[in-house]
Amino acid sequence: MEKLDNLVVSSSPHLRSGADVEKMMWHVNLALLPAILLSVYFFGFRALAIIILSIAAAVVTEGIIQKATGKEVLIADGSAVVTGLLLGLNMPVHVPLWLPVIGSVFAIAVVKQAFGGLGSNFMNPALAARAAMLAAWPVHMTSYAVPFVDGITHATPLSILSGAAHGELPSYLDLFIGNVGGVIGETSALALLAGGVYLFVKGVIDWRTPTGFLGTVFILTWIFGGNAGLFTGDPLYHLLAGGLMLGAFYMATDYVTSPVTKKGRLLMGIGAGAITVMIRLWGGYPEGVTYGILLMNIATPLLDRYTVPRIYGTVRK
Amino acid sequence: MGRLTFQGGVHPIYRKEITNDRPITPIPAPAQVIIPLQQNIGAPPEPLVAVGDLVKVGQKIADTEAFVSAPVHASVSGKVVAIENRLSPIGKEVPAVVIESDGQAIPLEDLQPYPALEEMSPDDLRRAMREGGLVGMGGAMFPSHVKVTAPQGKKFELVIINGSECEGFLTCDHRIMLEWTDDVIYGTRALMKVTGVEKAYIGVEANKQDAIDILREKLGAEEGIEVKPLEVKYPQGAEKQLIKALTGREVPSGGLPVDVGCLVQNVGTTATFARYLKTGMPLVDRVVTVSGSSVKNPGNYLVKIGTSFGYILDYCGIIGEPKKLISGGPMMGVAQITPEVPVVKGTSGILLFDKKDVPVGEARPCVRCGKCVDVCPVYLLPVYLMDYTLKGMLHRAEEYHILDCIECGCCSYTCPSRRPLVQTIRMGKADVLARRKKRQ
Ligand code: SF4
Ligand code: SF4
Repeated sequence: MEKLDNLVVSSSPHLRSGADVEKMMWHVNLALLPAILLSVYFFGFRALAIIILSIAAAVVTEGIIQKATGKEVLIADGSAVVTGLLLGLNMPVHVPLWLPVIGSVFAIAVVKQAFGGLGSNFMNPALAARAAMLAAWPVHMTSYAVPFVDGITHATPLSILSGAAHGELPSYLDLFIGNVGGVIGETSALALLAGGVYLFVKGVIDWRTPTGFLGTVFILTWIFGGNAGLFTGDPLYHLLAGGLMLGAFYMATDYVTSPVTKKGRLLMGIGAGAITVMIRLWGGYPEGVTYGILLMNIATPLLDRYTVPRIYGTVRK
Repeated sequence: MGRLTFQGGVHPIYRKEITNDRPITPIPAPAQVIIPLQQNIGAPPEPLVAVGDLVKVGQKIADTEAFVSAPVHASVSGKVVAIENRLSPIGKEVPAVVIESDGQAIPLEDLQPYPALEEMSPDDLRRAMREGGLVGMGGAMFPSHVKVTAPQGKKFELVIINGSECEGFLTCDHRIMLEWTDDVIYGTRALMKVTGVEKAYIGVEANKQDAIDILREKLGAEEGIEVKPLEVKYPQGAEKQLIKALTGREVPSGGLPVDVGCLVQNVGTTATFARYLKTGMPLVDRVVTVSGSSVKNPGNYLVKIGTSFGYILDYCGIIGEPKKLISGGPMMGVAQITPEVPVVKGTSGILLFDKKDVPVGEARPCVRCGKCVDVCPVYLLPVYLMDYTLKGMLHRAEEYHILDCIECGCCSYTCPSRRPLVQTIRMGKADVLARRKKRQ
């Protein structure tokens, strides 16, 4: 039996599904490819430069910090790439090129690694960095470009809709394919939706968060969004405009900063949707997706605590 | 209509095709058997023989007065050469009787078949169960006569024969349903008689259509017993999940199947009971699936209790670079450090895997993906149970029903960060129980 003298002993189960965080992260990156391509098409190669810079800064920062703190260097796990990519997609095309770099360093160093790295951060790094950049450099962060048009505008479909800016409202079709002003990655609902469906099919994201998010925005803007009284809003417009698709499919679904329970994930979407609408309709900013998600990130431990499922063999109290 | 099922669970690789068409084949008795005295949950039996005694096949070699226990019998004829501690496949050193076989396989003279079912009372049958050394052969090794005894004030309404065999690789129950079909049916009748119920279901996962067909054919118009195809999903064969799938009812937390009127018995145990009644030969052998990438001649073998894994693997042949030896199935089985451990009544499988089939990969931090929550068939939050156990927050772990975990391993199986979930939860359960005891 000498063949059997170096057996390994480990706990059951002795099989693994093969699911892997790394693979999931790369699925997310892949899902955003259409949005990247369209942003380059609409905004030119400067958009690509911004995306590449923010990804590179995120990955390098993560590597340096992991090395310096003596942790395993896990930059290949794709999570820093996701953060950099999402942040890049959240920048207007005309920001100075140092801004995405600073943003990514902030996202990784302050929001992610200072709290212990992947899994321990309580806010979505890309979103928190976006909010910080917005506060520090409001002008850079809200000077949008309109595709194929030289020059800069502060007008986005949403700011026009809310009356904060003047201009002609773009058509649904332009909104859908992304031929509108805004940050580079949020403009094309089509590309983002396609990637979202891909992530759902691959089992990376749960349908509950995006559905709750989009559904809530749809219903609330329909009821309260119009000027002519209740139920006169334009919910479709609100769905397609701004950062909603990007937020609902790629950022509200961030594992680390959203609930682990099914009900919690639904509430995450509904809550973020409600806050988004409140800010869009009655708040000081034309866009509320970022803050909607960040506030729900903070509420996540509570959501987990109060949505514990009914255990098999027990009666719900 | 969808197949009967439960919520949660996973679809691991099954690989049953390796052995599911290999008929049950006896393996010659080894020169020596190691028979642990305790092969049941409950009280340990005391030895009835001494070193130097001559024993015959079927002779009782250990028993006790305690109710929750089951006797063990000699599986070969020959001489008792030692009564000492030996490693068992549950990973512990336990007292065992070592018998050197005389190669004659002489059965004990006074073993008699039991009378026909009609002539026996439920109590007779219950006594027979105990005398035959019957315990749950699906792995749990709970004494069968205890299981069929309803506690004061409770009543059985339904007998469920568990033929789901949801673990991968294992096919022994499948073969038993195909080859010992009459025994399965006879045993089911016997269980219905013991418990005084009129209705029985035989639950079989839909990937064993041939077993479903032959059971239905042999049952014919027989009243009371129905074959129920189940969705192929792990852990379909776990008692509580099986009851949910078949009846829609849930066993109360901390309770027993009898609380919802059910008796669940594995097909192997059921058929073995029938064979005992028909021949008078107690539980001295069992069907074991031997499979895995390092086994040359995988199959379903009829093996004497007490035969060492090493003997069986030698008989079947070893190929490649074996790295992991498992007693039981790949999801809940126990990895063995040595092939010297013996087959016991609950050994359903012996799996030997090549180096290339042993998953590697370091655990990474939890990313809170919630996949473990989605698959838990008890609807627990494994990620929090692990966290609370590691942080020593046992009150929280208890509040989150850690004791309801059935240790099916779905959470660990599915975790993309390869966290040791069930392993940690198992520790947590022990800690919580210890804490409870201390408080009392
Ligand atoms: S499956 Fe693993 S990574 Fe996901 S929540 Fe559970 S423990 Fe964490
Ligand atoms: S927590 Fe327990 S019951 Fe739930 S999946 Fe994990 S091992 Fe199975």
